[in-house]
Amino acid sequence: MRAAFERRRHLVDFAVGSLARHPTKNLGLVVTYALVVFLVGSVMLYGSAIRREAAAMLSSGPEITAQAMVMGRHDMSTSADVAALKGLRGVRRIEPRLWGYLWDSAGAANYTLMVPPPSDAAHAVGKGEAIVGEGVARARKLKPGAMLFLVSPSGKFLKTRVKSILSSDSALVSSDLVLVEEADFRAFFELPADVWTDVAITVTNPREVTTVAEKAALKLPRHRFVTRADMSRTAEALFSWREGLTLALLAGALVAFAILAFDKASGLSAEERREIGILKAIGWETGDVIALKLVEGGLVSGVAFLVGVIGAWAHVRFFAAGLFAPVLEGWSTLYPRFPLAPSIDALEIATLAALTVAPFTAAILVPVWRTATADPDAVMR
Amino acid sequence: MITLEQVTKVFNQGRHNEVAAVRGVDLTIGDGRVTVLRGPSGSGKTTLLTVIGCLARPTTGRIRIDGEMVSGLPERFLNEVRRRTFGFVFQRFNLIRGLSARDNVMLPAYPTGRPHRALIDQAEGLLDRFGLADRASLSVEHLSGGEAQRVAIARALINDPAVIVADEPTASLDGERVAQFLAIAEDLKRAGKTVLITSHDPRITAAPLVDALVTMADGRIVEASP
Amino acid sequence: MIFHPPILALIGASGLSAVVLGGAGLFAGRLLAGWDPTNGSERQIGLEKTTHLVSTVVAFVLTLEAASLVLFAFNADRMAPLFVGAMCAVGTLNASVWGFPTLWAKIAVFFAAFVWLAVDRVDLRARDWALIRPKYAGLLILAPLVLAEAGFELAYFLDLKADTITSCCGKLFGEDKPALGGDLAALDPRVALWALGAALVAAIGLGFGARRRRWAAVALGPVALAAFGVAIAAVISAIAPYVYEQPHHHCPFCILKREYGHVGFALYLPLFVATGAGLAAAIVAALPGTTTSRATIRTAIGGLAKTSAIGFTLFGAIAAALVWRSGLALIG
Repeated sequence: MRAAFERRRHLVDFAVGSLARHPTKNLGLVVTYALVVFLVGSVMLYGSAIRREAAAMLSSGPEITAQAMVMGRHDMSTSADVAALKGLRGVRRIEPRLWGYLWDSAGAANYTLMVPPPSDAAHAVGKGEAIVGEGVARARKLKPGAMLFLVSPSGKFLKTRVKSILSSDSALVSSDLVLVEEADFRAFFELPADVWTDVAITVTNPREVTTVAEKAALKLPRHRFVTRADMSRTAEALFSWREGLTLALLAGALVAFAILAFDKASGLSAEERREIGILKAIGWETGDVIALKLVEGGLVSGVAFLVGVIGAWAHVRFFAAGLFAPVLEGWSTLYPRFPLAPSIDALEIATLAALTVAPFTAAILVPVWRTATADPDAVMR
Repeated sequence: MITLEQVTKVFNQGRHNEVAAVRGVDLTIGDGRVTVLRGPSGSGKTTLLTVIGCLARPTTGRIRIDGEMVSGLPERFLNEVRRRTFGFVFQRFNLIRGLSARDNVMLPAYPTGRPHRALIDQAEGLLDRFGLADRASLSVEHLSGGEAQRVAIARALINDPAVIVADEPTASLDGERVAQFLAIAEDLKRAGKTVLITSHDPRITAAPLVDALVTMADGRIVEASP
Repeated sequence: MIFHPPILALIGASGLSAVVLGGAGLFAGRLLAGWDPTNGSERQIGLEKTTHLVSTVVAFVLTLEAASLVLFAFNADRMAPLFVGAMCAVGTLNASVWGFPTLWAKIAVFFAAFVWLAVDRVDLRARDWALIRPKYAGLLILAPLVLAEAGFELAYFLDLKADTITSCCGKLFGEDKPALGGDLAALDPRVALWALGAALVAAIGLGFGARRRRWAAVALGPVALAAFGVAIAAVISAIAPYVYEQPHHHCPFCILKREYGHVGFALYLPLFVATGAGLAAAIVAALPGTTTSRATIRTAIGGLAKTSAIGFTLFGAIAAALVWRSGLALIG
């Protein structure tokens, strides 16, 4: 037991010394390795941060959204529709909502105009006031108290004073938001007083969501009822798919890296070959040399993985994954700029290791073995 | 006691460049004696030395060390026997550059798993014995030829083997260094070690401490005395 | 197919294992045909050298497979939101007919690789290649198993589609369900815990006794396997409800979740190691060794059996602690 421990300790000592003796040899490998971990890690951490973000956003949204449909296209709901839903059993609150998109040619961006629901007291806006998302504020260089002018497609003019700017907690979805008062909204878009974009339904018992949606569908056959579970499934599937696709594109880089690792491990310098020959000749076994080389590989992996993961974390945390964000987020002229919270969990670390450390280790196994089985009498020939 | 029966060693078996480097050798090497293998280059003496020293397996034939059959032993046990039985001093010393003399001396003992501290003490003791105490921490590429050889001998002794094997030990040494080497060999013999040397250097083959001379030619033993 | 990073990683890992073991299987055939340690021919020396490679790569594959088993279960749990009706890993596994076969195959590969490596380690300690032939014959079983597992897994992931309607643990492990899961869930917790206690005592006893008696070591194999089955049944029938503190929640996968402190891993890890070590001890004991290596092999069997006994003890202790700590009273 003691001897086995000492033996291992000697191996690690020697491996560290050996890496220190050939510092430049592995430098290129470690840099490439760390880069690969960084790339793959950025994609994964960003993907998971964005999914978490989306989930957080959805969790605050209504359990069921009802949308009127005409010929398979979205239409406005009327006050009569809202009234029809009232009195449905198991429903806690029914809130008709007003929101719509506005193409802002001055800023060359799309805004989402929305009337905050009466239940959201924190974001209540008065007539002539607006609360804007972080992206809008950035694009139009707005500060609280500044004036925001909007022009509707039909040439209507809306002049508002910025009351506040939305915090960037869920910036992914609120970045392009402009919250305005109901009368301003209707006047701006020239909407009659009794139409609504859609209806949010909050349910008393979360287990009854499907039942409530089914019952509601009977009352309003021309409406579509989307549950939060449907939305989160779609969001999860969409972001996962994007993340997976980006990773699949990076697979080429992974293969190239594995080939590099194989090549590095096979192409030993004459000096290293001589050292292995000496070790074999003075009584080291094949198993010892394999262990030695795997410890070396493990140290390289450890350093590169750590550097790569920290790099990826910083990339997502401080630079919002600038390299991959456009692919993963989807297209929008107003990218949110907000601190994502990449939380590193065991599944992600394990996946990242399986995608990077496993190919590296697999690639060096055969070269390591070939090195280690050098004939001990080679040094005497 | 090491005995060889009908030992052969063939390289590149079954190919057009097949070479039988050792052909049917019977030999007994007695304990505590200095034995010299001599012969021209290409006579097979170095190959025979690697086979005796368990560095290479014989193609056919048997080798016994103190009665235990070692040909056919799995590698890790062959290594165990080798570490216990043989210490090697190679022609070109084969020290690892960039490591100190002390670390070089300790290397063969790493697989035995002896405690680090004990190994350091032992290595320094050996270096001291060969007058290299002040060189222990020096990287080996800064040593002279004679010093390097003594470090190589110290390394051969770290596992306290019964047999010291030296391949052409005097090939690159001047007269004074040869005398120094012979003195060390004498010491080892006096300490009860078996010494096995390959050499065609008359300063070695004619030295009074040699107990047995084995002459090889073309892979066979042509003369063994006594 | 769902493009999900852990899925890509899992497919990569099992593909790699399959390629590596496919090669090792071919080598096993060559070795069995031409193995002769008394011969010093270059062919034999080449075979001996390659055994080092095979030992190393199988160790690598075992590590990979163990990690991938955990990743597989973990990921199945994480993917549950993608499927209608799925609350945990069971729903994800049920979303395709290949789900559970893949899990069983992964578990089988884990045990087979564990046993193979244990036999390999014992063989390396024997001075006369005592177990080399059975070991490489075993590789001829392990290799197709790994290939099958990779095939199942690929079929499973290709078959998975988001929005599939699936049934989850409530359906599979409901007490009134006619399937095996339902039977296990309906099993009286008192009976389950008593059976678990008896199986653990038997396995632990044999484990500590295997060093001196060969029959005990051989018997440890089936007993360890039985104890594994009883342990899983007890988890479903009693231990899981104790963890959830809900008498009708029997799922053996939900205990892996974060909500329950990942306590399932602490429970399953010693169980898997104990079962693997018990099987390995039995197989080594059942193999015809050689006279020269008898003492070495006996020591190795003792070590494996002891590992098994300690693993089962640990499992029993953790299970007891979970039952003890629980606020639920299933047994009056």
